Amino acid sequence: MKALARVAQARGEPQISKVTVIQPRRVRKIAGALASYAGMTLLAAVFLFPLAFEFVGSIKPNDRVLAEGSSWRAFVPTSITFQNYAEAISRADLGHLFMNSVIITSSIVVGGLVVNSFFGYALARLPFRGRGLFVGIVIALIIIPFQALAVPLFFIMAQVQWLDTYQVQIVPFVASPFFTYLFYTFFLSIPKELIESARVDGAGPFTTFWRVVVPLARPVYATVAILSFLFAWGQLLWPVLVTRGPDVRPLTLGIAEFQNLPPIRWGDIMAVATIMTLPLLVIFVGFQDAFVRSVARTGIKG
Amino acid sequence: MISSPTQYLKTRINQDSVAPWLFSLPGILLLLAFLVTPFLLAVTYSFTNLRLLSPIPLRFVGLENYVETLQDPIFYRALANMLLFVVIVVPVQTGLALTLAILVNQKLFAVKAFRTIYFAPVLSVMAVAAVVWRILYVPDGGFINGFLGAVSGGALHPLWLHSTSTALLAIIIMSVWQGVGFQMIVLLAGLQDIPEDLYEAANIDGANRWHQFRFVTVPQLRNSLLFVVTITTIFAFGLFDQVYVMTRGGPLNSTQTLMLTLVDVGYGRQRIGQASAIAVIFFVIVLAINIAQRLLIREEEA
Repeated sequence: MKALARVAQARGEPQISKVTVIQPRRVRKIAGALASYAGMTLLAAVFLFPLAFEFVGSIKPNDRVLAEGSSWRAFVPTSITFQNYAEAISRADLGHLFMNSVIITSSIVVGGLVVNSFFGYALARLPFRGRGLFVGIVIALIIIPFQALAVPLFFIMAQVQWLDTYQVQIVPFVASPFFTYLFYTFFLSIPKELIESARVDGAGPFTTFWRVVVPLARPVYATVAILSFLFAWGQLLWPVLVTRGPDVRPLTLGIAEFQNLPPIRWGDIMAVATIMTLPLLVIFVGFQDAFVRSVARTGIKG
Repeated sequence: MISSPTQYLKTRINQDSVAPWLFSLPGILLLLAFLVTPFLLAVTYSFTNLRLLSPIPLRFVGLENYVETLQDPIFYRALANMLLFVVIVVPVQTGLALTLAILVNQKLFAVKAFRTIYFAPVLSVMAVAAVVWRILYVPDGGFINGFLGAVSGGALHPLWLHSTSTALLAIIIMSVWQGVGFQMIVLLAGLQDIPEDLYEAANIDGANRWHQFRFVTVPQLRNSLLFVVTITTIFAFGLFDQVYVMTRGGPLNSTQTLMLTLVDVGYGRQRIGQASAIAVIFFVIVLAINIAQRLLIREEEA
């Protein structure tokens, strides 16, 4: 304000009019910000209450979760216990399920990053016969939803005796036309001259890819990693079909079964839910900015 | 190691002609094995009486599976539920996602915290969120009815998942809650790509807030919106996780979905041929909607 007043003075403009022009605009701006905050806070409450209920429920004595479930007390830890966690971990064999989910998810994410980025790079920057056709096929394949394949694929997996294994939950999901396409469009945006100059310097295709292309493509790797992680970690339909026993079962199916396992104890169920949710939340808070930026740069927006 | 220039050139040429295939082959083979083959088999199986384990000899049955599916009242119930789900969820979720994206795109203090909060349900995994919401929806003792009862003075007391008239609505509400954060991020990335000077130009031309939204924001976001609408539609048709956890299609098929029918027929009753027919029908519907959406958008563009 002071600075503005000084500028006005220097220009020889009457100060009063400047102030009267600025004042209502500032008021409007502050009012707008307040309205935004009010709206955002209200929405935040709607988005948070189920999660708050879940976290608080997990540290409450089991019998209070539903007893206090219908009032504001649902969100207040009236007394704190970790009994639910101890029970859930032993009753649901949580450590084992958690390891299964980690093995399956990390294999899909890492394998997918390698396979899809290699394929995307070949389609974008390595000339070979039939490349255009392959690009067309990959784009066409994006539209086939996995659900439409689930039953025939399940039948094939049963034929080759892959049911109840880790690989049946990993190998079919490594290659993805959608992720290949994301890599492909991103690699197209890398200037050809960069790749050419690396080649002139004597680097082969693999060295060029590894030293020049991959470092430039971090945003798309980050986006694909996060999206494939969310997808793999959350899968339910496929494990329902291909796992019969708890040996290789992931957490998602574990919790779906556990919620109906007598004796039904809501505190335990909330503990399992929290164990599945909290790690992802913590990771995301750390990566949030990178994620938003990389989605923007990847071209998911079309 | 490389003794002469000619040999150097030779290895170079070999590398250049082999490398594209080395880069592409893992992707091509995996897509062939786990996407193209099951898709073609689904079409083939749909004309047979194939079962998972059966002494009945395999035979070609023509359109029998399709006829049987198209005469099944449960199939129509599932289809009607899906259509209702899509017709409500797609516009509501897209509109809400756009509102959230615009809110969190403002340059305000702590706006990132709100962004994280709105995205948090996406990280909570559908199967887990469904378990938690099942408790929130408990008619007597659940928080949602506790809240409704308090604000309406006891007038409102829906049975949610236990009533044929509200079960699908309950699933719709929790689905929007869980999914909207992802759409918000995609639209936010799109918003951040809109050049600032377009708004300034509009401002100079005397455009008000609404005009800026209508004539700058929406046209600039067009690709992001198209992406969001398409993805939401395909996901909506594949509805499975939350229904499997919360209602298994009940009460009285009021939340029956195509995917539940598919799993019931193909896995529960082990009728692979029949399930493949449902999968093919499912695919055709998704394809048709996708094409229709694209045509509509293009029409508008012209």
